[in-house]
Order: sequence, then C-alpha cells, then structure tokens
Amino acid sequence: MPIFRTTREIERQIDEFLDALSKGALVFRDAVAAYLAGNGTDFAQKLRILEELETRADRLSRDVESSLYSQSLIPEHRGDVLALLEHSDDIIDRAKNCLQRFDVERPVIPQQWHDHYRRLAEAVFRCVEAVVMASRRFFREAESVSDFLYQVHHYEGEADQIGLELRRQIFADPDLELGHRQHLRYFADGIDRVADMAEDVADRLAIYSLKRRL
Amino acid sequence: MGLGILFFLSSGLFLGWSLGANDAANVFGTAVGSRMVRFRTAATVCSVFVILGAVLGGAGAANTLDRLGSVNTLAGAFTVALAAALATFAMTRLGMPISTSQAIVGAIIGWNLYAGMVTGTRTLSTIVASWILCPLLAAVVAVALYIVMRQILRRGHLHLLRQDALVRWGLLLVGAFASYSLGANNIANVMGVFLPDNPFRDVTVLGVTFSGTQQLFLLGGTAIAIGVMTYSERTVRMIGSGLMRLSPEAALVIVGAQALVLFLFASERLEFWLASHGLPTFPLVPVSSTQVVIGAIVGLGLMRGGRGIQLRPLGSVGLGWVATPVVAGLVAFFLLFFVDNVFDQQVARVVHYRIDDTVLARYELEGRPAARVAAWSGREGANALRLQNELEREAALTRDEAQRLLELAELAPIVVDLGRAGLDLDRDYLGVVETRALATLAGQRYEHRWQFADALAAASPLWRLRKETPLNRSWNASVRDKLAYVERVFREQPAP
Repeated sequence: MPIFRTTREIERQIDEFLDALSKGALVFRDAVAAYLAGNGTDFAQKLRILEELETRADRLSRDVESSLYSQSLIPEHRGDVLALLEHSDDIIDRAKNCLQRFDVERPVIPQQWHDHYRRLAEAVFRCVEAVVMASRRFFREAESVSDFLYQVHHYEGEADQIGLELRRQIFADPDLELGHRQHLRYFADGIDRVADMAEDVADRLAIYSLKRRL
Repeated sequence: MGLGILFFLSSGLFLGWSLGANDAANVFGTAVGSRMVRFRTAATVCSVFVILGAVLGGAGAANTLDRLGSVNTLAGAFTVALAAALATFAMTRLGMPISTSQAIVGAIIGWNLYAGMVTGTRTLSTIVASWILCPLLAAVVAVALYIVMRQILRRGHLHLLRQDALVRWGLLLVGAFASYSLGANNIANVMGVFLPDNPFRDVTVLGVTFSGTQQLFLLGGTAIAIGVMTYSERTVRMIGSGLMRLSPEAALVIVGAQALVLFLFASERLEFWLASHGLPTFPLVPVSSTQVVIGAIVGLGLMRGGRGIQLRPLGSVGLGWVATPVVAGLVAFFLLFFVDNVFDQQVARVVHYRIDDTVLARYELEGRPAARVAAWSGREGANALRLQNELEREAALTRDEAQRLLELAELAPIVVDLGRAGLDLDRDYLGVVETRALATLAGQRYEHRWQFADALAAASPLWRLRKETPLNRSWNASVRDKLAYVERVFREQPAP
C-alpha cells in the first residue's frame, strides 16, 4: 500500500541495523576464537568484516534518525527508538574496539585460559543475540520483550561469572608477571564489557516496552 | 436575497464561526496534540467534512430544535443566535467547556419567555436527557473501542512504524467522520433558528435538487469552516496537550467515540436503519462535542483504574450544563428587549389563540379531556404562556395536554387563493398529486393550521402524516416541510 511506502523503508533499515548487530556479535565470537587458535589471517578478515558492519550500523542509525525527524514519525516513541539504536550501535562499536586492541596489542594468552576466553566470547554473543531478539520484539510485539530480557540478564551474568573466574585464576598464577596479568585482565574486561553494554540496552528496552503498551 | 437578510443571518454566521473556532479542538485536538497530524492538515479536513455533514446530514437535529420553539421573525432569530454566540464567547473567556447546543437551547427558551410562547416540554426533556446520556454513552463507546483496538494491536503484531502510519491515517479518517458528524449534528445550533424564515429557495442543478435548507446550512457550514481555519489553532493545541496527555492510540479511540456518538444523535438514515431492524433509536438532537470528548476521556481514565482523572474539568462540565443555557437565556431575553424597544425591530410575531367548538371537537377526537375545557369555548388570547398556565391551573390539564390544546387553538388564517396575482407556487417541489389535491381546496378558508392539514390529508394520502415512529420520520418530515411551504404561500396577510 502506498501509505506504508515510507514506513516500509524505515522498517527495512531498522531490520538491517539489527541484522548488522547480530552478525557483528557472531563475527566477534569467531574472531576471538580465531585469535586464540593463532589463525591471524582469519582474525584479520573477521576484524575487517566487523569494521564494515560497524560502519553500516552507524549509517543506518543516522538514516533512521533523519527519517524519523524529517517525517515526524512515531512522535511518542521517537526518542526511545533513537536511544535504542544509538546504544545498540555502541555495542558493536565496543566489540570492534576490543578486536582492534587484540590486533594492535597482541596479548599472549596462555593455553590453559583459552577455553575461558572462548566461553566468555560465547556468553557475550548469546547476550547480544538475546538483546537483538528483544529489540525486534519491541518493534512488533512489546508484550513479549521481557521473555528475551530474561535471557540477556542470564548470559550477562554468565559472562560476569566467567570473567571473574578468569581474573581470579590469572592473578593466582605465580608464574606470570604483574604486567602480563594486568594485560590479560584488560582483555577479559574488554570482552565482558560488551555484555555489560548489551545489558544496558536491555534495561532501557524494559522501560521502552512498558511505555509502548497501551 | 437582500442585504437586510444577510445582516440578520450574520449573528448565525458569528455563532458558526465561534463553534468552528472552539469545536474543531474537540475533533482534532488530541490528534494534533499527540503530534500525529499537522494543524493545517487537520483544519483542512475538518473544514471540508463539517460543510459536507451540515449540507448532507443536518436536517435531523434541526427538526428537533424547531419543535422546541419556532422563532418566527428574522430579527428574533438574529437576536437568539447573537445571544447564543455571546454566551458561548463569554463562557469560553471564563475557561469553561462550552456547548453551543446548550447556548442555543437556552437562547430559544429566552425567546419563548420574551414572546410569551410555550416551550415544548417533551422536546426539552428529550434534549436535556441527551445531554446527560451523551457523555455517559461516549465513555462506554470509548472503553469498548479501546478494548477492541487493544486486542487488534496485540494480535496484529504490527511493526511500531506501521502501527504509527495506520493510527495517523486512522486519526485523519475518523477525524473526517467526526467532523462530518459535528457538521450534521451542530449545524442546527447555528442555522436552525433561521429555518422558519429561510430566505433560500430550492434550486436544481444538473438534475440534483439543492434545497433551501441545504443552502442555508452550506452558508452556516462555511462559517464553521472559517472559524476552524482562522481561530481554532490555539484551542486545538490547548485541548491536545493541556487536558490530559494521550497516546496517539488513545487519541484515535477518543476521536472515534466522539464521531460515533455525534453520528448516533444526528443521522436520520442510521435512525431509520436501527428502527427497521427493531433496535432502539437515539433522539436526533444537537449535543455538545465538548462534553462527548470529556466523557470519552473520563471513560478511558476510569478503565485504567481512575488514576490521573482530574476532577476540575468534571466540575466545569457539571457547572456548564446549568450555567450555559441559563446565561444564554438571560442574554437572549435582555437582547430581545433591547432590539425590540431600541431598534424597533419585530423580534416575535404575535400569535393569537382561540379555543372554539371546532378546536374542542378535534381535541376530543384525539382522546384528550375536552370536557374539562368545555367552558373555555370562545376564549381568546395572545400570550401562550399565560394561557398555558391558566389551563393548567383552572382546567387541571397537564402541561402536555395544555400545549396540545394551544397548538390546535393557534390562529393562522389560510386562504387557498390559486388565482392570486404574483402567486409563485413551486409545483415541482410539491409534486403532481399533491398540487392536484391542493387545487381541490381552491377558494377555501381555514382558521387553524390543523384544519388546512386535515383538508389536504383528506384530499390525498400523500399529504397524510403517518404514526410518529423513527421509521416514518423522514416521510413525516417531508410532509411537514411541504405543509409549512403551502401555509407560507397561502397565509392570509394582515390588512396594512
């Protein structure tokens, strides 16, 4: 129908934005795994893909913002939607920064903690994936957003647990220099921070979805 | 049509302008306030559909006002409309939710009191009952619409943006419907009092007849539209954002409830449809769109548990119910006195009454207590109000019985002089059979209006009124219009 022409385009942009976020989380997880496996080429390729996804998400977010304002759409929820996109964009931005630091600083991660880092990245991926699902529901079915928010909190908690355990083990290892310990902690924190940001978005979604209900 | 008539119509146009300036806010205030519809778009849609409603559907509520009191001179109609407009203006300045319906009803009663005419109590009680019924009905309709809409939105899983687009279009469409209903229902307030002295004649363009009433209503509708376009922006924005913060969806529900309720009280076709399906009908009376909107908002508020409902506007509505008609009635009474004595304009034509044997015989035929007023045979008078009081007091008639007797006793000499020079009888409007029936009465003289109507009814079934039911309403309205027309044509002119 012609009356939906404009909105269909913006719907497509929002969906594409969320796709980029979801794919970004997946690429982030695989990139950490590639780094741990010592596969530099694969890691570099994943980093490039994530950079591209981040750029695309930025552009889509700006386009949606411009359309919503210029056409005075969803006046009641415009602020919420724009804040949602902006903070979701921060997640992928943070993931990209984390991978760039891996690329620049090349942390030496002892074999015994590879599994912890891998599990940490997996929990982050699931957490972001859940927040993407919750965001999709926010646009179509606000009542069921809370089902996915529960998952976000669950995986963020899991990431916190893995990160804490990792830091505990790192600082309990007498063979490591203090600088090395701090370097490893820094990367554990960097990965964990992505999940924290996803949880921030989930907290906002909880309020936005309440407002959306009539 | 002379400039004089235009001058007299000007007060009605002023009333229409102020109605447009105020009531457009009720239709589109919530839509503009929720930033879903731009003011200019809202004003344009509202103007177009108000005019359409007035012209195409305005007759129903106008007939009811006519039965409340028939203001019988142009100067009287001018003063009544001016009083209503001034009362509306004053109440608006005081910040009270005004109702032009209540103002015009109050002003007509003021005219009745000044002219010594009786107020149709049955019609008045119907109108007052509808003022109370209306906000309640609006609340119920709003809650029902809200529940249905919530279910649709929950099950539809629409994207937020698509829902936004639908609500936006819905607000425009429903707002257009509400504007149509407003025009159909409220045009009677603006132009109803001018109907007995309507200066417009029927015209036929390309086979479509455009009645005099429709032309009068077009003029009134245009005045409302100008009010909407020129002066409603401030009230639209105030209603939209000041009264209560509403989501676009709630705004849609409120506009929808308003449209439905106004339509229920305005549409002759809907009334006919309901009656033909054995369903209860609503009285066709002009109702207040302000009170309908407030009723709908309170209904939604109560449904949400009553939180956030402000009692002050509710108090204002209650006060408005009483204050508006009283103020308008008083203003009308004093203005009529002023226009009558200072400007020496005839604000009311004196109507004479004579209770004679034919009147009493007809009264008895209707199953009314003629024996109680047998002693009144030969009594005359020119003050209906005084006669009514005496009949109630001395003959122990009820108000309804006394009013009917006075209706029969009204003197309106009619001479069917078909050969009169300059007689301009619209045979196309009357119809062939009706004109032929009229011709059989040539040369006859009738003292009372009902005698003329009875004679016409005996001459042809097409002149016969049917039993007063909603199904027969449009037939009877058409017969009454034609009767009023031939009465005007053959009314015996008083000697100069």
